[in-house]
Amino acid sequence: MEQFTGKVWVLGDDIDTDIIIPTEYLALKSVQEMAPYAFSPLRPKLAGQIKPGDMIVAGKNFGCGSSREQAPEIIKALGIRCVIAKSFARIFFRNAINNGLLLIENERLKDLVQEGDSITVTVNESISYPGGREKIAPLPDNLVEIIQAGGLVRAMRIRNGLEHPKKNGQK
Amino acid sequence: MGATVIEKIVRRNTGIADAKAGDIVTVKVDRVMIHDIFIPFVAEKFEEMGFQTLWDPDKVVLIYDHLVPASQIDDTRHFRIGNAFARTYGLKHVHRSDGICHQLMTEAGYVKPGDVVFGTDSHTTTYGCVGAFSSGIGYTEMASILGTGTMWIKVPETIRVRINGKLPPNVTSKDVILTLIGDLGADGATYCALEFSGDTVSQMSVASRMTIANMAIEAGAKCALFTPDEKTADYCGITLTEKETSLVGDEDARCIRELNYRAEDFVPVMACPSQVDKVRPVAQLEGIPIDQVFIGSCTNGRLEDLQMAAAVLKGKKVAPFVKLIVTPASRKIYEEAAADNTLSILAEAGAMITHPGCGLCCGRTGGILTDGERVVATNNRNFLGRMGTPKVEIYLASPAAAAACAVTGKITVPECAG
Repeated sequence: MEQFTGKVWVLGDDIDTDIIIPTEYLALKSVQEMAPYAFSPLRPKLAGQIKPGDMIVAGKNFGCGSSREQAPEIIKALGIRCVIAKSFARIFFRNAINNGLLLIENERLKDLVQEGDSITVTVNESISYPGGREKIAPLPDNLVEIIQAGGLVRAMRIRNGLEHPKKNGQK
Repeated sequence: MGATVIEKIVRRNTGIADAKAGDIVTVKVDRVMIHDIFIPFVAEKFEEMGFQTLWDPDKVVLIYDHLVPASQIDDTRHFRIGNAFARTYGLKHVHRSDGICHQLMTEAGYVKPGDVVFGTDSHTTTYGCVGAFSSGIGYTEMASILGTGTMWIKVPETIRVRINGKLPPNVTSKDVILTLIGDLGADGATYCALEFSGDTVSQMSVASRMTIANMAIEAGAKCALFTPDEKTADYCGITLTEKETSLVGDEDARCIRELNYRAEDFVPVMACPSQVDKVRPVAQLEGIPIDQVFIGSCTNGRLEDLQMAAAVLKGKKVAPFVKLIVTPASRKIYEEAAADNTLSILAEAGAMITHPGCGLCCGRTGGILTDGERVVATNNRNFLGRMGTPKVEIYLASPAAAAACAVTGKITVPECAG
């Protein structure tokens, strides 16, 4: 099963879509241009500090608020490998999966790690952190397929024979 | 253990006999609705995904309502793209000026009890009024349904709402749902199904249930569900069988919360600027001067709503300087209200009656307000800037309360709901 290791950034409860990307930056032309402003109302320096492969660990109701699909797109554009939260808001959860961002629901991890800790995620199995190991509930195959394809549009293109699954170096 | 209504619908749809809240399953979609705002994006994503044909042209409904008739220069582009998409892929159901999408989906018989329906609009929760599982999605997901006929869902947890007794004469289903949203909070039902039961609900018309299901999203709910009964069957033009009546929440089903209300305890309420969950009794707001009243929308633009307003306004006049705008939710309602003289009573009282459609509710046309103005409206959202500038104050109310305010020119407790 796919496995990756990275540094965690720890955020609190109710991280809303206006924190993830404030409305005033939504009119910028691309997600890449918006990315430096991610999380700016809460932690203005955070977007600049995140390195590809890092992960976010957060509290409950991550992604609450509007239906903007840019919220998960920006987190992905920053190179965040996955978001592990106590719970996710419904529309954000769907938008994240459909944009190829891995989300993991876990009630406990937020209180077991500290910012800067290195953790290892084994997809659909477990998360190892400095103090131990947490089992995670598996996502169904069809959602894993969407995430591994890099999102719903590409998953459908693969389904329709317009692209090959292994392009992009993903399995 | 028993099952909730949503679990029963999902089990029947997927064939997974033990599907339960929290499970992620793939459902077969019975019907989809796309409206004029999002058709350009859906069309673009559909083609980018590489689909050549719709999974079933009979199951796709395209409705022009937000932009009809066009009020901005570029609006008609959406109709051109929609028409081209309909022609290319053989869409059978296109409504170009028949009314608001959520009204038409049930009124024109596109949704039946137990169906699984998705729409590109957050108020798609409305179809729970006939016992269908219906929810709003984004345009990317809609494009994939158009190609595959399937969608993944997480089976929602259920919050059970029981209401028993007789509502006071000046209280409507709008007061019931506003009160519930005030109690739950704007995120109190996030990800959940709101399951309604009790004899008060049984006594309600399908139209009144529709008002409640429509606003479930304002508490964050994924869907709202009413058990189909004789009224539902009548409305949907079907014969009631065990297939429909079995869509009842079992007593021993697992719910994450239960709320019990006594109908007699409800009072007329309004949602105050600018949150839908900022709900106050109208009695506490009485006397606040207003500039405009809007009666319409997919929440409260049905015949019983217009009749309720007409009962209040009959033989009276709208207060000087108050604009009363009435927008029937569909052409059918417009015709029925014309036939039974409801519209003439409203017109004689001084109402401006507009074409059916979303109209003022989405703040695009027909009565936009400006800084410092106050409106009492029967629709579902009072967010900042929804009906004009951010300094417009929007109070959400029942049609009875809205009509009472139109007469006095200030916030007024209605005497009777018709």
